Amino acid sequence: MITWIKNGQVVDPDKQTAEEADLIIEKGKIARIVPPAVITGNGSRLKIIDASGKLIIPGLVDMHVHLREPGHEYKETVATGAGAGAAGGFTALACMPNTVPPNDCRSVTEFILEQARKAKLCRIYPIAAITIGQKGTQLTEFGDLKEAGAVGVSDDGMPVLNSELMRHALEYARYHGLSVISHAEDTSLSDGGVMHEGVISTRIGLPGIPAASEEIMVYRDIALARLTGCPVHIAHVSTARAVELIRMAKEDHIPVTAETAPHYFSLDHTAVIGYNTHAKMNPPLRTAADVQAIKQGLAQGVIDVIATDHAPHSDMEKDLEFDQAAFGIIGLETALPLTLNLVREGILTLPEAIRKLSSSPARILGIDVGRLAEGVTADLSIIDPDYEYVLKKKDICSRSKNSPFIGKTMKGRNDLTMIGGRIVWKRG
Amino acid sequence: MSAFRHKDLLSMADLSVNDMTLILDTAESLKEISTRDIKKVPTLRGKSVVNYFFEPSTRTRTSFDLAAKRLSADTVSLSVPGSSTAKGETLVDTARNLQAMNPDVIVLRHPSGGATHLLAKKISAAVINAGDGVNEHPTQALLDMFTIREKKGTIEGLDIAIIGDISHSRVARSNIIGLTRMGAKVTVSGPPMMIPMGIDAFGVQVVHNPDEAVKKKDVVMLLRIQLERQKKALFPGLREYASFFGITPEILSRAKKDVIVMHPGPMNRGVEITSEVADGPCSVILDQVTNGVAVRMAVLYLLIGGS
Repeated sequence: MITWIKNGQVVDPDKQTAEEADLIIEKGKIARIVPPAVITGNGSRLKIIDASGKLIIPGLVDMHVHLREPGHEYKETVATGAGAGAAGGFTALACMPNTVPPNDCRSVTEFILEQARKAKLCRIYPIAAITIGQKGTQLTEFGDLKEAGAVGVSDDGMPVLNSELMRHALEYARYHGLSVISHAEDTSLSDGGVMHEGVISTRIGLPGIPAASEEIMVYRDIALARLTGCPVHIAHVSTARAVELIRMAKEDHIPVTAETAPHYFSLDHTAVIGYNTHAKMNPPLRTAADVQAIKQGLAQGVIDVIATDHAPHSDMEKDLEFDQAAFGIIGLETALPLTLNLVREGILTLPEAIRKLSSSPARILGIDVGRLAEGVTADLSIIDPDYEYVLKKKDICSRSKNSPFIGKTMKGRNDLTMIGGRIVWKRG
Repeated sequence: MSAFRHKDLLSMADLSVNDMTLILDTAESLKEISTRDIKKVPTLRGKSVVNYFFEPSTRTRTSFDLAAKRLSADTVSLSVPGSSTAKGETLVDTARNLQAMNPDVIVLRHPSGGATHLLAKKISAAVINAGDGVNEHPTQALLDMFTIREKKGTIEGLDIAIIGDISHSRVARSNIIGLTRMGAKVTVSGPPMMIPMGIDAFGVQVVHNPDEAVKKKDVVMLLRIQLERQKKALFPGLREYASFFGITPEILSRAKKDVIVMHPGPMNRGVEITSEVADGPCSVILDQVTNGVAVRMAVLYLLIGGS
C-alpha cells in the first residue's frame, strides 16, 4: 500500500520551511516529498489523503508526560495516555518516573515499554528515576536502565536536593548517553506553598511558592553543568529570572537546555482566583510579567522545547480544598492550539513552533523522531490550524479531565496522526 | 425585606459598603436582646444551624451557637480534629451529607484557605466562613468594625494599625478588606517576615517598627502570635517578639489619647500585648466578644431570616 497525502502544506522544522507539497508514504517511511501536482495517478494500491487547507507536520514529541502506569491506572495508563497523545498530534512521549512503584529499575522500564507495545499508539520513551525510589539518596543503575530502554533520567516532582549527588548524576548520565532532566525547586523554600507567592496569593489567602525556589535550583544546575561540562535539561521553566539565568548560561556555552509548558505562556496566577484547583500545578502559574518573559524566551531560543507536563488527576485529587488538591493538569490535547496561539501572536514562526514540539525535544533526548524528510519513518500529523472550537470535557481522550482550558475557545486541532505509515488516530 | 442579597458570607471582598453598614445596623438593633432577662426572640424558629469546626475554637463557636439560639434556631455543633482528608471523607462528601439533612446554615471553620468557597458551591444552604486557613474570618472583622463604630461613631477616616503576623492572619486579611472599604486608613505592622508579599495592593501602609506604627492611631489592633503553629522557623522566639514588637503602655502612649486597643483573642499576655495594656482603660477586648454575638445574630438573620 502506498499513501499519497496531497494538497497540504508541509512544515519542516529543521529546514524552517512551510511549503505546499505532496507526500508519498511507502513501507512506513516517507518515500518522496514533491511539489504539488507533480504526482498524478490512481489505482487500488494507492490510498489518497486530501490535506487541502491543512498542515502536515512531523509527529509531535512530548518530552515530559506522566502516564501514571504502573500504580495509578485510574488516572491514566500508558495506552490511554498514548491515545490522548495521538489525538493531540503527538507520536512520541517521554514519560516521567514518578509512578507507583517509581521507574527506578529495569523491570519497571520494561513493563512500561511492554504496555506501549500492546497499545500500538504513540512511541513511548521512559525517563527513569535519578535516585532509587526518587528519594534523593542513591543513584539508580543508569547503565542497566539505558539497556532496558530508558532515554533519560529525572526525579521529576521530587528535586534532587543533594548537589553532590546531582553532580554525579550529570557525570554518569553523560557516560551512558542519558539526558538529565531537572525539576528545579528548592523545597526548603517552597514547602507548604500551593500557588505562586505574590499579590494574588496574599489576596486569596493561600500559602505561596516564591519564584526564587525555582531560580535557586536552576542556577545550581547551571553551576553543576559548568563544573562538569555535562548537559542538563531544565524542565517546566516558569519564571522570568529562570529564563534570564538560562540565557546567560547559553551565552557562556554551558550545555543547558530548557523547556516550558503551554500553561506557563497561556495563563497567569490570576487563574487560581476562586480556588480553581485546575489552575494548580508545580511550578505554579506565575505573574503576567513571567508569562511575557517565557514568550520572549521561546522567541529568542532560550527555551528550546515546549513540553506539556501532562499530569492526569481524577476528581478525587482535584475536587478538594485547594491546599489538599494535587498539583498538575493534563496537556496533550491542548498543547497544539495553545502553541499555535504563539504563531498567531507573532512570537514564533510556524516552523519554529513545530520544532519546539518535535525535532528539538527529540534531539535533547537523542531519539530519532520528530523530523519530516524523505527517508525518515512516517510519523506525522495533519492539523487544521484555524479550526475554532470550545474545549468540552466529553471530547477529552485522556482518562482524566483536569484541564483549566475546558470551556475555553481553542484554535487549531489535529485531524490525523500517523505512526510508521499507519493511521493511529483520525478525527471521526 | 432587606437589601442583603447574598447566599453565603465567605469573604469581606464580597460585601459592599451598604452590605457592611446593613450588617452593623442590624447588629446594633439585635444587641439589646442579649441584655434581656429572657435572651431569646422567635425570629429563626424552625431554622437549623450547623456549626462545623475542623479547627479548635472556643470563642467563635460559642458565639455562633449563642447567636443562633438567641434567635431560636436549632443548633448542632461538631468539632472534627485534624484535616478532613486524614479521616477519609472528603469535604465535598461531607457537604453532600450535611445537605441531605437540610440545614439552613452551615458555619464552617477549616484549615484550608477557600474551603468555605468549595462548600458553598456544592450545597444550597447558606455557608458562613468562620475562618478558612490563613485566608479570611469575615465575622471577626465585622464584629471588630462594629466595636470600632460603637466606640468611635464612625469608621471612615480613622487611623488604624494592625500589628502582628499579618501573613498568617485571617483576621488581618478580613479586617484590611473591610476597614479600607469603609474608608479607614490602615497601617499594618510586624517583623518583615510576617508581612505578606504585595500587601500594599490592599491599599494599606506597611510600617515595621511598632513605635512608628501606633503613632497617632485611633485604633490599635493586635494579633495573636502563634510561633508553635508555624510550619517553618519564622521567628527567633517569643522573648524576642515581646522585646521588639510587644505593645507596652509606653509604646501605646504614642497613639492618640482616646485610642482603643483590640485583640481577636486568645491573647498571649506578655508576648504581643502586656497585661497593663490588655486590662488597661483603652482595651475594648471584651466588648469585641460581647459584640461578636450581636454581629453573628445579624449575619444569621440577614442570610436566612428573610422568607
